[in-house]
Amino acid sequence: MDKLLNDFSPGLFVVSTILLLALIALMVKFAWKPILNSLNEREEGIQGALDAAENAKKEMENLQADNQKLLQEARLERETMLKEARELKAKMIADAEEEAQAQARKMIEQAQAAIDSEKKAAMAELKSHVAGLSIDIAEKVVRKELSSKNNQLELVEEMLGEATLN
Amino acid sequence: MKIFQQSFKFLALVLFVVLPTSIFANDTKKEGGQVDTKEEVEAYILHHIQDSHDFSLFSYTNDAGERKHVGFPLPVILWTSEGLVTFMSSEFHHNDDGSVIVEKDGLKFAKIHSKIYELDKDASEVKFDEDHHATNGHKVLDFSITKSAFGILIIGLLMLFWFSKLARQYKKKQIPTGFGRVLEPLVLYVRDEIARPNIGEKHYRRFTGYLLTVFFFIWVLNLAGLTPLGFNVTGQLAVTACLAIFTLVIYTASGNKDYWMHILWMPGVPVLIRPVLAVIELAGALLIKPFSLLVRLFANISAGHIVVMSLIAIMFTLKDSLGVVGATGLSFVLSFFITLIEVLVAFLQAYIFTMLSALFIGMAVAEHEHH
Amino acid sequence: MYNLIGAGLIVIGAGIGLGQIGGKAMEGIARQPEATGKIQTAMIIIAALLEGLAFGALFLGK
Repeated sequence: MDKLLNDFSPGLFVVSTILLLALIALMVKFAWKPILNSLNEREEGIQGALDAAENAKKEMENLQADNQKLLQEARLERETMLKEARELKAKMIADAEEEAQAQARKMIEQAQAAIDSEKKAAMAELKSHVAGLSIDIAEKVVRKELSSKNNQLELVEEMLGEATLN
Repeated sequence: MKIFQQSFKFLALVLFVVLPTSIFANDTKKEGGQVDTKEEVEAYILHHIQDSHDFSLFSYTNDAGERKHVGFPLPVILWTSEGLVTFMSSEFHHNDDGSVIVEKDGLKFAKIHSKIYELDKDASEVKFDEDHHATNGHKVLDFSITKSAFGILIIGLLMLFWFSKLARQYKKKQIPTGFGRVLEPLVLYVRDEIARPNIGEKHYRRFTGYLLTVFFFIWVLNLAGLTPLGFNVTGQLAVTACLAIFTLVIYTASGNKDYWMHILWMPGVPVLIRPVLAVIELAGALLIKPFSLLVRLFANISAGHIVVMSLIAIMFTLKDSLGVVGATGLSFVLSFFITLIEVLVAFLQAYIFTMLSALFIGMAVAEHEHH
Repeated sequence: MYNLIGAGLIVIGAGIGLGQIGGKAMEGIARQPEATGKIQTAMIIIAALLEGLAFGALFLGK
């Protein structure tokens, strides 16, 4: 301990204190402050750049999601449109069929009506014709037949016989 | 600019090599020098561990048997009984046992074991008592630019040069080039691994400058101590004490209310025990912490120097028993590996000093949650 | 003489302490390799405190 204290030089202590104080002051002023400031600035810059990149990435992702959504929507729309068109087509075909059928039915009905009326007319005509013809025949027959009394009686007899048979 | 820089470097190199030899060309002394025996080695190592007043690189004996010292003198600044006295250390002619007496401004000075004594007016030579203490002189306050102070100056200027260059680089570009690329991760290391985790996110900015300065100061000086320049700055008690006291002042001055509360009147402890604990805590905070800081650095670096020099001295001390080659080889291998370890220790001690400083500061500024 | 014995005792004590610190730190690292950094830092701090104590005792006794 004594030797240690003997080695201790107060003068050197004072000198080194002064030198160190000066050194610390100068180093802080001319070296550490600017160095640490620029290091901090650089780190903040790097952090900022990283943040910006992260943001850009996120935005990109958002954009991509948006795109995806739009695409999805478009696809959906197309599908509905197609579906509608298909439905429309089916409906149109059905309508057309129905109409055609109705038309046909109507035409048939008309034809039938026409046929009926024709038939009636024809029948009436036929009837009147047949009536006229039979009257003619009857006239002729009567004229010829009724020329003799026997014939007349015969006829009456015949007719009576038929009438009872009926 | 480039050419100017190159020529400047060349000039510095030339001066560094030529100047010392030219200054000491006439400075010769017959006695002293050769280090052969165990006692001489011990004395030499102890002398190296101490601070010295001149910067000597090496010495040799020339053909004429004269001892030549290569190095340069440093200014001696003394605060004596009659005021300030200055002269160059070359006036002592490398004498360290008090036999050369320098007369300046009517005062007589002698240098004994790297300490300068002011002799009494009527003394013509130094008288020693049986414990080898000077009886007719007294120590003076010695503000000399000693080897250690010179080392602090040089390393300080070097650090200022390196780091202000790095700081200037940031003005032009984001990423430093050249040597700055080596320094930047170190700065970041101290900031992110030492200052930030130990002091806390909120306060660390205030102390980072001090911690960085101390870290690089200790580290570079430790490394300089491993070069043949032979600095032993961080192995000087005065320097480590100065560093420890800086830390002490900083954490004492920045201690908040909680810190003092926990030292002086700690909550959650029986009232009767509080004064006893307060004394212990106060001693811990004001004495033990800085004392351990200063002693650790001093002891580690001094011990490292002693071990390395002792291992180098194996070359002479075991020359007789192992032969020249064997002793030299052994000495080389051992001192080589110890020097490698010392490089690690140089970093480790700087790290530990800075780390503990940061820890103590962190304790002083920590904000406790009240429960 | 006595202070040399004291120094030896200090070194023995410090050696045991350092061994304990180092060994336990190794165990901790082996158990939780992801906490290596924290364990190392704590280990160095404690080792430094112990070293400070040992050096203090050595120099007080010298």
